[in-house]
Amino acid sequence: MTRAQRINTALRRVPSWPLYLLGAIPAVWLLAQALTGGLGPDPVKALERQLGEIALQLLVAGLAITPVLRLTRVNLIRYRRALGLLAFIYAALHLTVWLVLDVQIPAQIWADIVKRPYVTIGMTAFVLMIPLALTSNAWSIRKLGPAWRRLHKLTYAVALMGGVHYLMLVKGWQIEPMLYLAGIAALLLMRLRVSAALGATAARARSV
Amino acid sequence: MANRWKNDLTHESVTPAGAFFNRRQLLGGIGATGALAALPTGSGAQAALTPNSLEDISTYNNYYEFGTGKDDPAKYAHMLTTKPWRITIDGMVDKPGEYDLADILSQMTMEERIYRFRCVEAWSMVIPWNGFELADLLTLVGVKPEATYVAFETVLRPEEMPGTRFPVIEWPYVEGLRLDEAMHPLTLMATGVYGMPLPNQCGAPIRLVVPWKYGFKSIKAITRITLTDTQPPTTWNKANAGEYGFYSNVNPEVDHPRWSQAKERRIGAGLFAGREPTPMFNGYAEEVAGLYEGMDLKANF
Repeated sequence: MTRAQRINTALRRVPSWPLYLLGAIPAVWLLAQALTGGLGPDPVKALERQLGEIALQLLVAGLAITPVLRLTRVNLIRYRRALGLLAFIYAALHLTVWLVLDVQIPAQIWADIVKRPYVTIGMTAFVLMIPLALTSNAWSIRKLGPAWRRLHKLTYAVALMGGVHYLMLVKGWQIEPMLYLAGIAALLLMRLRVSAALGATAARARSV
Repeated sequence: MANRWKNDLTHESVTPAGAFFNRRQLLGGIGATGALAALPTGSGAQAALTPNSLEDISTYNNYYEFGTGKDDPAKYAHMLTTKPWRITIDGMVDKPGEYDLADILSQMTMEERIYRFRCVEAWSMVIPWNGFELADLLTLVGVKPEATYVAFETVLRPEEMPGTRFPVIEWPYVEGLRLDEAMHPLTLMATGVYGMPLPNQCGAPIRLVVPWKYGFKSIKAITRITLTDTQPPTTWNKANAGEYGFYSNVNPEVDHPRWSQAKERRIGAGLFAGREPTPMFNGYAEEVAGLYEGMDLKANF
């Protein structure tokens, strides 16, 4: 048995539901910090920013699962739904802080969504996540069949938009958002290369 | 020339730094117990001029030479050697040269100025600075009649400033003012806050404070001042001319291309305070609007 097979066998005994509990910890901790003065002089911005960053990290983790399988044969696919749903929940919390604690004024919120490209992109990414979250269940997968896979390719667009959203809201050329965007682009490019390679193999097979 | 501008609030009305140290923890604690409604809302001119705690002022900084995080300057600025400190004053001046900061300070009249501080990122503080009028320094070195602008430069020491290893913006940081802006009684060279020497992360040993302009105009750790007859380059304008103009006067009617400037988050106001309206020229319109009479402030943002 290869090491990857041993890991996969061991993972079969690890359920995915604890991920939801683990995933809730940062949110609860951040909220507690915000209420007790632990987030520094500007708790609204800190909360908003950290929730958004966690959402982005979860999206990256979700995108990494297929490349990890292809490169190492370690299969983490059963944990991907939890990662995706948690990413959606953190994006929703990030948006809620922005709406309720930061901007507050409905007219201003709408103006920002329409006028500010980084808000437009972030908002679009969130809206695109809604159908993904709603169909993240076994019933939808059965019901939608092949369409489910196509629908969930929206994650690629969502992650890219999330990365661009972060890069666009900082001042100057900052390292962190560039690293996120580069990571997301790399994870997406790996898929292109793999599907291109598969396409070439298929073409070769046909030509034989 | 000193003392040309007086605070509405007297020194006595400023709560000592210590009383503010744990204010946020207190606010947070009250918020957590659900008694938030009992708190004053912090609106009104008088309340708005309650200075931020020294903790706010010294732990929430934009000083990219030490990193782009708000807490990076507090973590790394101690690496900067601020003694001895010399400032080169050159260009169109009668007495150019390298001036020792201590020599300059011995000839200046120190004042406390409680100013609003408005960052271009739409947050604000109120800061009790200690410093002297830039006009007094310029008078000391003698400005030649042909000079029309003042250029400033921040010290650049990569070995003491870890943030400068990355080209986030072009180093060294440079800024500039029109001569009449530089000579304005509100324009301060600050060396302290709350009666104490400036913490390094706030721009020690000496920084500019131009309260009616966005914070990035108030250049820190000044090592060179040059009098010139051409508009000097400024760091953020070089980084993105469409977003940061030479003037960068606080103006709620002219938005930053990426965000609104109409309102601001008051640092230290707590989790549920929301935003408050930003006044024209950051509340100093009465004093400085005359400087820009007849100018299109949308075009000259």
